[in-house]
Formats: sequence, structure tokens, C-alpha cells
Amino acid sequence: MRIYPAVHYVMGGLWVDYNLMSNLPGLFVGGEANFSDHGANRLGASALMQGLGDGYFVLPTTMNNYLAQGGIAKVEASHPAFKDAEREVKERTETFLKTNGKRSVDSFHRELGNLLWENVGMARSEKSLKEALAKIPAIRDEFHKNVRVLGTGAELNQELEKAGRVADFLDLAELLSTDALHRNESCGGHFRVEYATPEGEAQRNDADFAYVAAWEWKGKGHPWNLNKEPLTFETAHLATRSYK
Amino acid sequence: MRLVLDIWRQKNASDAGRFVRYDVPDVNEHMSFLEMLDVLNQRLIEKGEEPVAFDSDCREGICGMCGFVINGTPHGPARGGTVCQLHMRYFKDGDQVRLEPWRAAAFPVVKDLVVDRSAFDRVIVAGGFISSRAGSAVDANAILVDKPDADRAMDMAACIGCGACVATCPNASAALFVSAKIAHLGLLPQGQPERDQRALGMIQQAQAEGFGHCTVIGECSAVCPKNIDLDAIARANKDFVKAVLRYREPAAAGGSG
Repeated sequence: MRIYPAVHYVMGGLWVDYNLMSNLPGLFVGGEANFSDHGANRLGASALMQGLGDGYFVLPTTMNNYLAQGGIAKVEASHPAFKDAEREVKERTETFLKTNGKRSVDSFHRELGNLLWENVGMARSEKSLKEALAKIPAIRDEFHKNVRVLGTGAELNQELEKAGRVADFLDLAELLSTDALHRNESCGGHFRVEYATPEGEAQRNDADFAYVAAWEWKGKGHPWNLNKEPLTFETAHLATRSYK
Repeated sequence: MRLVLDIWRQKNASDAGRFVRYDVPDVNEHMSFLEMLDVLNQRLIEKGEEPVAFDSDCREGICGMCGFVINGTPHGPARGGTVCQLHMRYFKDGDQVRLEPWRAAAFPVVKDLVVDRSAFDRVIVAGGFISSRAGSAVDANAILVDKPDADRAMDMAACIGCGACVATCPNASAALFVSAKIAHLGLLPQGQPERDQRALGMIQQAQAEGFGHCTVIGECSAVCPKNIDLDAIARANKDFVKAVLRYREPAAAGGSG
């Protein structure tokens, strides 16, 4: 068995407010899927703790409160937003099926995975991240021009499902690299080789980076917008953990 | 090693389906069975043929997503594991291997080796839960559980709902699955309030889904990737009989009193 960082080492998740509700009213995000408590640290059992903490202590109270205040109205399938979403999915599906290129979805997944492993892995640098950011759009272009998805969309089609996921991974990879490049410090699972103590330990920069980077999607073709949420510590204070 | 695979290909539920032969000339003994199929699928895509559909997710034997019949045995020749945990070292050069989906009326084929196991979900909905107060979490150790019961419940909770028990049973009975779920919660103090309702609800739902009756053949336990014991079924039957005698519909909402 090969062991390597899994997808949760993306170290982040959907933005939520203090009640674990996302920017879409009524959409709550619990556990590893949100960025909150353990957003910057998925090591060991942190993810389990977040699932238990959110599920046991936070959501049973905040979701009730939302529902008690009226919740959300029932949405019919005739709603324009529903129609839009349906059309978008159909277009995307048909595009994949019509592309009829030469390379399998997996071959793109592997190419992207290798690039991230080499350049956006546990140790990353300005140089490696810039290289990744230069190569990802090229892989994405090639993917949309040259992917081969056989079969139809009318029945179970696992390649089609995978194609949708790899398309998302390409966007996520770009965001991951963008975030890692902007954060000029080493912190938690993010180790920038330029920012290390003489002994090779992670060197944080609390003066400039003691904030959560909440990247806002501004639509296809537009750069992500960075929202900074400052991290303020009232009783416990920031310190450096020593593993010695 | 070289393997000859006879794989069940079926385009969708209305297709009759047939075995198609594939030659895989370069199987590495360290591959898992599913990795071997991944390799085959990449080659099929290259040739412009649709890849073989099969379910998988965690690929470490804990999610219950994967499973098909290999040479007549669900999850293949190794005991106590799922097909994703099966390695190619169990096979020899030149072997002919026959792959087919779970076969049971309650598990209709969706495509190739993928079947619809939502019948299991409906069985779970019929009783696989406990009632619990909302609000703040209770203190740890507020409810004491005897060690033997905790261990036994843990053994039963190991069931991942893969469906191998149904696939191997000549009656296509889901008794081992249903019993493991009934025993898992029925052994614990938290599971007592709904114990009767659970046994009745889950067993009746399993019958309604079209799973057969249990005639205690024991093939289910022999192929179970989690080695669930056959005595789970005896325990569930006992719960069922008691529940039939004891269970009363909950009273309608009380009067003004």
C-alpha cells in the first residue's frame, strides 16, 4: 500500500459563519467540509474532533435556531435557479461526451496529481508554486480539448462522473497553489522552504499572516477575491510548539 | 502473470447482459484486484471501448461500496476481506477468472458489476437507529455498558453492508446483514427503547424488499468480509419472536386527561 497525503490535506474548506452556515442562507457545513476550528490542521484525529464538535455541540443549536426563525421556503423545480442549474449541468455533461479526445480522465488526474505532489506538496517554495500556477491552466486547456469520455449520459457512466470531479480538481489545484503562494510564512501543514528557522523548523509570521484567507469565487475567468478574517486570541496566546 | 477475465457486461437494467472475455497479459501480483481492473479499463478507453463499471470508494475495506462475485465467491478467494483488499498474488499465471455482479432480485443490476443496493438503506431506515435527546451532549460514561456487550456490539457494528451475504445465499436472504444491524443496537442500553420495533421493522422490510428467508445454511458468514458470526441470526430471531408477542402500537396522542 502506498501512503501519501490524502485530499483532506488541502487544509481548508467552505467558508462558514460562527453558526457554521455558509454564505448561502440555510446551507450549513459541518465537520471537515468547513474551514473553521481545524481548518489549518487536518493531522491525526483533528478532523474527527471537528466532526464531533460540530455535530454534538454547534449544529444542534444553530440549525434549530435557523429553522425556528422560519427556515427556508420550499423551492419548486420550476424555480429559475433550478432551471439554470439543470441547464448548466446538461451543457457540461454534453460537452464532456462530445469532446471525444485521445486521453482518459485518469491520465489527467495523474498528471495533475504528480504536479501537485512535486510542487505543492508538504514542502513548497515560491518557485515551485509559480511553476504549478503556470502549468495548471495548460493541463486544464488540454483536458477540455482532449479528454475522452465514452458512453452516454443517459445511464450510469463512471467516467463522466470522474470527468466532472477532475474538472473541479483543476480549479481547486489552482486555488490551493494561489493560497500557498500568497502566504509568505510556514504554518501548520503549509511549509514554505524559504521560511524556516536555522534548524529547519517552520517559521511563522504572525505580524502579517495571523488571518484566515477566505477566497471568494467571483465567477468563471475572474481571479479569486481574498477576504482576510483576522485571528484574535484573547485568553490563550500564540506560541510556537516545540517537538523537542 | 497473464489472466483471462470473463466479465459480465450489461449496459443497463433493460439489457440482457453477457460475459465478455478480456485478456490481461501483465498483471502484477502486488496489485489489488480493483487496481488490475483500473489497468484494464484504461486500455479499454484507449481502444474506444466503454470501461467496466464497478463500485468502489475507500479501497481499504471499510466503506462497503465494492464487491462482486469472483469465480463463484463474493469478494473472491481470500477470507475476511473485501474485493479491494484482495491482491493478485491469490491468482496464478494463466488463471481464468469469472466476474459477475451480486445476483438477487432485491439487488437489480445497474450496469456491468454495479447493482442497486438501496434495499439495504430502506431496511436501515425501518429500524437501524436509536432515539436520542437533542440539546447538549451527555457526559461521557453516564450510561455504563458491560465490556462483553460492548465487544459484541462492536463485532456486529463491523458490518459494512456490502451485500456479499445476499449474493452468496441460495435464498438471497439478507438475514446476516439485518441481524447484525439488529444486534448491534440491541446489545447496547441506548438501543433498548426501540428494540422490539427495530426487530419487527427491519425484518418485515427485508421481506418486503424481496430478500429470501434464512434456512441457516451459513454461506453468508463464510464469505462475510467482516466475519460476522452466524449466531447474530439466532439472536435476531429471538428478538423478532419476543417482539411479535410483546409489541404494541404506540397509543395515539393522549386525551386532555
